[in-house]
Amino acid sequence: MSDPVSTPALRKLRFHVLRHDPRDATSVPHFQTYEIEEAAGMTLFIALNEIREQIDSSLAFDFVCRAGICGSCGMVINGRPGLACRTLTQDLPADITLAPLPAFELIADLSVNTGKWMRGMSERLETWVHSLQGDPDLRRLEERMDPDLADRIYELDRCVECGCCVAACGTARMREDFVGAVGLNKIARFSLDPRDKRTDNDFYELVGNDDGVFGCMTLLGCQDVCPKDLPLQTQIAFLRRKMARTGLG
Amino acid sequence: MNTVFHVTDRSVPLSAKARSRWPARLDLLQSGTGLALGLFMWGHMFFVATILLGKDAMWAVARFFEGYFFFGRSLYWLVSLIVAIVFALFITHAALALRKFPASYRQYRTYRDHMAGMKHEDTTLWYWQVVTGFALFFMASVHLYIMMTRPERIGPFGSADRMWSDLMWPLYLIMLFAVEFHGGIGLYRLALKWGWFERGDPDATRRKLRAFKWAITAFFLVLGVATLVAYVKIGIEHAPFYGQPYEPAWVTGGHQP
Repeated sequence: MSDPVSTPALRKLRFHVLRHDPRDATSVPHFQTYEIEEAAGMTLFIALNEIREQIDSSLAFDFVCRAGICGSCGMVINGRPGLACRTLTQDLPADITLAPLPAFELIADLSVNTGKWMRGMSERLETWVHSLQGDPDLRRLEERMDPDLADRIYELDRCVECGCCVAACGTARMREDFVGAVGLNKIARFSLDPRDKRTDNDFYELVGNDDGVFGCMTLLGCQDVCPKDLPLQTQIAFLRRKMARTGLG
Repeated sequence: MNTVFHVTDRSVPLSAKARSRWPARLDLLQSGTGLALGLFMWGHMFFVATILLGKDAMWAVARFFEGYFFFGRSLYWLVSLIVAIVFALFITHAALALRKFPASYRQYRTYRDHMAGMKHEDTTLWYWQVVTGFALFFMASVHLYIMMTRPERIGPFGSADRMWSDLMWPLYLIMLFAVEFHGGIGLYRLALKWGWFERGDPDATRRKLRAFKWAITAFFLVLGVATLVAYVKIGIEHAPFYGQPYEPAWVTGGHQP
């Protein structure tokens, strides 16, 4: 009886990784090539760890959860942003080019400081629930919420702030002050939340300009690379209609 | 490259300070003028393509817009007025669209590099929308100015003479491709931008819109090239009689130049 599981021919993978350490005055950005053998079910996360453990311990990249939850391992994979832990090498050609996400501060090699950008965006767009209460009563039970509404809010809250949508956005690449799909999605999320007492006029103050929703040129790179499959196209269109009505009103 | 946003020191709901309402108005105006111009171009293409049905059909369409069939004579200023309105829409749309253009070589280079890496159709389409829009600044202005100032020359022979004897066909050929690509991409993007036709599945809607967009573009390009060839053919034949207008046999009683 023959073996029912056939072993696919394993490839030699060549990783061309953009190397640079901005803290080192002598560092010059350059591509370095690493060759490893592909394994069944190999992700970029596994491949990069193999390179770091067996070939080059100086290679810098970020990981935490390995399961597409933390959003730390965003990088540009053959020209497109994506999460390394969610990308199977079998879906890529044998030559794989990796670069850090643009638009964010480079820490070293494939590691970027998305947190700094995200915090700046959150503070600018005030992405937290704004309650009218002056002094909240922490012992009071929270108001009940319709489960369908809670689901809709949760759907948008699944954003992990990986930065892929910002790196994939031609508008954000050209115009550094553009808040990106991540920012617009957050405004859409808080505008749904009944606990947030801000009005459409208040949201207009935050995103009713060309750095906000009216700056979006509907290139939809965000929609196509979002590793969490968030409904960004729908939400940005929804916000645009809402803000346009508010602007005319 | 990295962006640092200003921190707002505010923990209470936003105050009544008013951000300008103009970004909303300008965004709507850009979309509105684009929609009006895009739909106008579809109608315009059908009107000029009536030459494929014969000179009499095109003559009737041209006279219709001059009010000939309502007033018994041609009021050319009616055509000039329509063209002036289209010209105003065009200039408004161009001025608003300029806001989205790359503002420096650095921005242009960044976009091109981004586009080359992403290999993403909608990102690439936007670049071509900008290129064709830029070309139209000049080509459409030439066309609109001539139509506005010489409306009496619109007709089977007048238009054909303009194509061939006035050597306008190269401009019209390039403009045809620029308009069809720019308008097609623009209307497609407009539908996505405002969430039109979305029925639960935005990806499916987008796929259908994109297929429709390419089909419409192909249709109007075929129709446009056929129409251009028809005018050029008439223009070559009519070159010895340059400037003489067409009159249908049923109007002149059978006398034609």
